[in-house]
Amino acid sequence: MIRVRTFARSVVRQPTWTIATDFCVLFLGLAIFYGVVLIARYWSGGAIPVAQINRSPAALPLYAFYSLARISIAYFLSLIFALGYGWLAAHNRRLEAPMLAILDVLQSIPVLSFLPAVMLALVALLPTKQLGVELGAIILIFTGQVWNIAFSFYSSLRNIPRELHEATRIYRLSALQRFFTLELPYATIGLIWNSMVSVASGWFFLMACEMFVLGKRDFRLPGLGSYLQTASSAGDTTSILWGLAAMVGVIVMLDQLIWRPVIAWSDKFKLEQVESVEVPRSPILEALRRSQTVKLARKKIIYPIEERLTLKLAERAQLPEHKRKSNKVFSYFLLFVVIAGVAVLTIYASSRAISLLREIDRANFVLTLKSAVATFVRVNVSLLLASAWAIPAGVAIGFHPRLARIAQPVAQIAASVPATALFPVLLLAIVKLGGGLGIGSIMLMLLGTQWYILFNVIAGAMAIPSDLREVASVFNLSSGERWRTVILPGIFPYLITGLVTASGGAWNASIVAEYFHLKDQTLSALGLGAEISRATDNGNFPLLLLATIVMATIVITINRLVWRPLYRLAETRFKLEV
Amino acid sequence: MGSDQIIIEAQQVQKSYPQPHGDPILVIAPTDLAVNSGEIVALLGPSGSGKSTLLRILTGLSKPTGGRVLWHGEPVGAVQPNVSIVFQSFALFPWLTVLENVEVPLKAKGVPAIPRRKRALKILDTVGLDGFEEAYPKELSGGMKQRVGFARALVIEPEVLFMDEPFSALDVLTAENLRSELLELWDKHEIPTRSIFIVTHNIEEAVLLADRVIVLGRNPARIRTDFRVQLPRPRDRKETLFANYIDYIYTVLTQPDAAPAIPGQEEKPAEIRGAKTMYEMLPHVRPGGIAGFLEMLDDRGGRDDLHRLAKDLSFEIDDLLPLTDAAVMLGFLKIEQGDAQITPEGRAFAHAEIQRQKEQFREAALERLLLFRQIRRVLESKSDHAVHEEFFHDLLDEQFSEEETLKQMQTAINWGRYAEIFEFDAGTRRLRLPHSAEANAQLERVKR
Repeated sequence: MIRVRTFARSVVRQPTWTIATDFCVLFLGLAIFYGVVLIARYWSGGAIPVAQINRSPAALPLYAFYSLARISIAYFLSLIFALGYGWLAAHNRRLEAPMLAILDVLQSIPVLSFLPAVMLALVALLPTKQLGVELGAIILIFTGQVWNIAFSFYSSLRNIPRELHEATRIYRLSALQRFFTLELPYATIGLIWNSMVSVASGWFFLMACEMFVLGKRDFRLPGLGSYLQTASSAGDTTSILWGLAAMVGVIVMLDQLIWRPVIAWSDKFKLEQVESVEVPRSPILEALRRSQTVKLARKKIIYPIEERLTLKLAERAQLPEHKRKSNKVFSYFLLFVVIAGVAVLTIYASSRAISLLREIDRANFVLTLKSAVATFVRVNVSLLLASAWAIPAGVAIGFHPRLARIAQPVAQIAASVPATALFPVLLLAIVKLGGGLGIGSIMLMLLGTQWYILFNVIAGAMAIPSDLREVASVFNLSSGERWRTVILPGIFPYLITGLVTASGGAWNASIVAEYFHLKDQTLSALGLGAEISRATDNGNFPLLLLATIVMATIVITINRLVWRPLYRLAETRFKLEV
Repeated sequence: MGSDQIIIEAQQVQKSYPQPHGDPILVIAPTDLAVNSGEIVALLGPSGSGKSTLLRILTGLSKPTGGRVLWHGEPVGAVQPNVSIVFQSFALFPWLTVLENVEVPLKAKGVPAIPRRKRALKILDTVGLDGFEEAYPKELSGGMKQRVGFARALVIEPEVLFMDEPFSALDVLTAENLRSELLELWDKHEIPTRSIFIVTHNIEEAVLLADRVIVLGRNPARIRTDFRVQLPRPRDRKETLFANYIDYIYTVLTQPDAAPAIPGQEEKPAEIRGAKTMYEMLPHVRPGGIAGFLEMLDDRGGRDDLHRLAKDLSFEIDDLLPLTDAAVMLGFLKIEQGDAQITPEGRAFAHAEIQRQKEQFREAALERLLLFRQIRRVLESKSDHAVHEEFFHDLLDEQFSEEETLKQMQTAINWGRYAEIFEFDAGTRRLRLPHSAEANAQLERVKR
């Protein structure tokens, strides 16, 4: 087919773009290569007992790179694990229920209280290598971000329309081909949104775990988090500002270079029947699509591999079912062995844990319970405070598109700075003003949790159909009535989602918020989080275990007794159905 | 064509679903069915009759709970039947281009890249899609999408092409167009397929396309009639025999116990049997819909041919049958030889004002429908005149599948609320007696 093209400006410009992007792609490849070498050299090097954190801004790029590397590795591990977990849960009827229950529990456990155990184990395992401490941090971030990705993938798989599924069965696609043709593409959009959430929470944990004390040992990983903490301890305002700027810079860069192109690319995975009017765009994605290097790589590398793989697997899938049975028996056997192994380990570990708990005396038990109550109050006060400003603000933003255009990007940037990065800075201010950590920790919790509520309320307010709002104004409802009959019921499901996330986040944040080393003093307030941190500090494992168990139990109980019924109510009565 | 070699044979296949408590529900009664080479078979039935399930059993997608399916004499499972399905929702992968979509089944078969592309392009050409290879499904109209569906199904050269309501998501003209193109391909042997099996709820479509029509009854599904359409193709809708076939199918569908004579044939089929059940199966329509339908029928003189009625209102049988079923059930309508005849009660109902309409509906429902009688009796006998929905749910459960029970309950609540037989609180899921009736019931109690 010959297509006549007019020699328009855009056509002239196109090749210039392509060459530029090709160079970018090339340099990017080189940079990645160098980065891998750098990390390998640093990790395989001997353990640095106490890394000296350089407060000069010139050291920031390297620190940012180290932090970024930790986040990326943890994220890819999470993704792979989550895909496997979700797939298994969705495809194996017998494993489905227990796997979902495990997911539910692990989601509720405060990740930060794992820190000491994980660190000690890995340092013991790799005593001479920096890799040990690094792996500890990565595993920690991993546990913080994997569960919601796994859950998203699982529920996407369960929601695949029946006829699409039947199409893959009637044409006898192999399991791998089905995965790449149907399952992964179908789940992509959910995976991307959850990945963004996960990476954000990854930053939260990384900032906290790059620098911490365990008994007499001081673990420090060079990175943005340790930089900020060091700067705050020294009371060095210039360095704090530099550090925060670097942090925001990295996050904005990630958003522009990674998430936006990825979201624009994922648009083709929408399961819509007609093309939508508004399509997300990204200049970077368009440039990459035009790049010759990328095209060549696809044609010469990806395509042939894919081709050989599908053809190889196709032969097996074409066999009638009973001829494949023998392998099935083997895989069931393997599965059984794995499950049995996990069960034995679990029983052993939990029996050891219980014997640890016996060492705790009565006074400490009572203290832990008191602390639990204190933190419970604090978490809920912070939720109330957050709701008090975020609900009106969110509704105002959601109802006024013009306001939204200004406020939303600002809020997004503010929210993207991990609360743990701001903790040291805010704490410095609180101490200067003479406030104690009792009130201070509530502010700290607020810092992390308010955004969940704000963004969900904005989304909820936007989802209220305009005719409902018009009805309210036609009947001249007073503003109180308007809130009661239209706005609150309308945003209810979204508000609940926001509160659930915020509540979980606040419990987790209490570990960092209630106990803090600043300069040479230790600030703390009565609370479960402080208990966990102090136990970590003193290497008191029985107490650490007890506090962690109590916190996890509380979080799970609240989820079951409060959030889940509210959620069900939101799903049934307050759902705005189209 | 005309060779009567059996390709697929179902022997006493049945399907039942286990219930959490009680006996499993039978959705397909033991059924024998054969698909022969050289014929187009249409499987007709009201919605929820299990025709799609039967299709999935024949293709091997779904395992029957009893009986077996043979593919060229060998049990399916031991051999893989060479079949494909055209789906109602098209079931295309939105993230793949038209060409890639058509290549998917070939990839699964392990056809290497070059011959694969060749075959895909050729079949796209056959179904009239050349020029659209690189388009994504969402850029195409419904008719074009279904062409891709056909291309994808035909590219593996299936011996039997199964189609699950392939035209029902399309508008009338597009469907007509696609149907005639399919027939042309079939008649000219341009597609390698040796038999086509189409599931539909469109009676005219069945008579237009098929060499053989099978009509399913429901609850549980069983074959009501299985006959050959003795008309040469292309078929003319205006021909008397064509109209007779359609009237015949309507009669079979609307009268569960009737066994009318097949047009063009002398002897009556012996297979026709109706299923007797305890609870009447409520058709899922609104009371207002019944009133509207009766009003319309009365305006047309109170009697009309069902097929003409459906056509004039551009109703599918799935829209019309539930209305007529409900009207018959309430005694507002009679069906005689494919004609609908309004009863005096029906006429009164159609023209009454709203309160009177409700009264009449209530009287009819309480007199004729067991479920409503039971609900009323239970509510009257309880001291607080209220009972949880689950109670009736459990009663219905013994007769209907889980899904159908929910639907029955929903329709019953809909009717009951309308006719003021009971009130229903969606928050507590409880049914209770309306206030006026409550007072009456209390009075009765006192008297007793």
